[in-house]
Amino acid sequence: MPANRFNGFTEYGVGIGLRAPHYDHILSRKPVVDWFEIISENFMIGGGRPLHILDQILEQYKVVQHGVSMYFGSAERLNREHLRRLKELVKRTKTPWLTDHLCWGSVDGRYTHDLLPMPYTFEAAKVTSQKIREVRDFLEVPVVVENVSSYAEFHVSEMTEWEFLNEVVERADCGILLDVNNIYVSSRNHNFDPFTYVNSVPAERVAQIHIAGHSKYQKYILDTHDHPVIDPVWRLYARAIERVGHTATLLEWDDSIPSFKEVHNEALKANRFLASASLAAAV
Amino acid sequence: MSLLSLQRRMARAVMTPLTPSEHMRRVASNGRPMRAVAAQFIKPNDRLTSFERLEIYNKQYWFRVLSNLMEDFPGLRAVLGDRRFEVMAKAYLTDCPSQSFSQRDLGSRLEAWLRRHPSWGGSRQALAVDMARLEWADIEAFDGKAEPSLLPEDIPQTPGRDLRLRLQPYVQLLDLRYPVDDLLLEVKDDGDSDFASNAFNERHKRKRVLAVARLKPSPVFLAVHRVDYSVYFRRLDREAFGMLRAIQQGKSLSQAIESGFRRSAMPPAERPSSVEQWFRIFTTLGWFCRPETDSPKS
Repeated sequence: MPANRFNGFTEYGVGIGLRAPHYDHILSRKPVVDWFEIISENFMIGGGRPLHILDQILEQYKVVQHGVSMYFGSAERLNREHLRRLKELVKRTKTPWLTDHLCWGSVDGRYTHDLLPMPYTFEAAKVTSQKIREVRDFLEVPVVVENVSSYAEFHVSEMTEWEFLNEVVERADCGILLDVNNIYVSSRNHNFDPFTYVNSVPAERVAQIHIAGHSKYQKYILDTHDHPVIDPVWRLYARAIERVGHTATLLEWDDSIPSFKEVHNEALKANRFLASASLAAAV
Repeated sequence: MSLLSLQRRMARAVMTPLTPSEHMRRVASNGRPMRAVAAQFIKPNDRLTSFERLEIYNKQYWFRVLSNLMEDFPGLRAVLGDRRFEVMAKAYLTDCPSQSFSQRDLGSRLEAWLRRHPSWGGSRQALAVDMARLEWADIEAFDGKAEPSLLPEDIPQTPGRDLRLRLQPYVQLLDLRYPVDDLLLEVKDDGDSDFASNAFNERHKRKRVLAVARLKPSPVFLAVHRVDYSVYFRRLDREAFGMLRAIQQGKSLSQAIESGFRRSAMPPAERPSSVEQWFRIFTTLGWFCRPETDSPKS
């Protein structure tokens, strides 16, 4: 939604992920960018160049934190050291909201560093929502969860992925980072209609949207973030914007990263959909 | 199946090493066919079996952690050779899977693991351990914490015997047996691509590794530190190294100096000027900070 309690009542436009190959360009040319998304874990360190770069970015740009290893869905307890360091970073960036994935990735203290899919069960929804609440209470910042792309489904699942997402966010009373590329990837891997997913999400909880590219293989699609956004994903994005209104949007490009200009231009294509959403709202 | 039980099963399968041809193993570690293991909790679809769906995650895990370790330890890769490094990395990551939320820490236990498994280094074991230590120190120095530095004027002209300083957390002290600092710089230097082919560079690096491996081990005392956010290696006199290490261990200044000169061959007359010179350099580099135990005077 344009501005809501899940994104700190902000009105952010189109952003891109802050990536090392673009540091020099950004710091020397100071391009106009609505906002940057940072991977929290890259800056949860003691000091050195990464934090020095971040501080320079923070002087000039709006930054939102995006995590990859909180693992709300892991059955084990939250890692207190992780939370402590994350809170230090939250204080530094003053991120208006903080995102991480609706997934799991660690068990018995061992980390896979992957975004593993959840079994869509009521037990999992309860565990996950409880941990989201704990994180939000500790960090004192709105926590927003992102749907992941997946390549496997579980026998034990008791509901669809979008039903599970809704169950979790209602129980946790948190926001949604709607990744329309992930919805597209999963819809192709699991044979469902991606529009059903987009149409089922509670619009009032959407705090942010992700767009990205992916790679097609013979029997499945892999979420690689190394290509431009394809038309079917733009169509999903258009439908999402139609439902939720002008929402902070971010392009992810993490591998085979082209020039800053190319990445930014690809992200700015979102503006044509956002403009029509703004027009519709005005009418 | 409970959430915990499902996650344990899947993580065990995902973290099982791939076959040499980079496929998921046919047999799980408990001897059961992996097809049966996968089918127990993963649904097949019209294109992929349960095994094939699980294999996607198994491959992604290993490609990710191996590429991360290869990127962090180019020097050790040069010492062991690409093939041996890859097999070693698989064995290490199987024994020591990540216990940190950050992939940065993947190599944190590599030195200790290499010491426990000397066969991986073979005839170059000591060189391999030295290189693993240096590369981990490089990571720690790059993004370690920096406290406000003590300025020269903060240190009294005639410091009391009990004065305690603290070394910056990012400064890493290493006592090595081989000059792996020079070797690592050469390994990381890709040369001038206009004039040297990749093959030429690789041959040159292999030659350098062999040359260093043939050297007779002799002590190298090194500080891995950073200046203007870049990491540097600085060789130290044995006495200066001993003194800094004692300071790092929380010893008082007088104890640290005493410790540095223990069994030193340096003539006593030269020692005061050496200490003065070292302190001037280290203070200029910003290596000292106030001890954590400093409490405000009432």
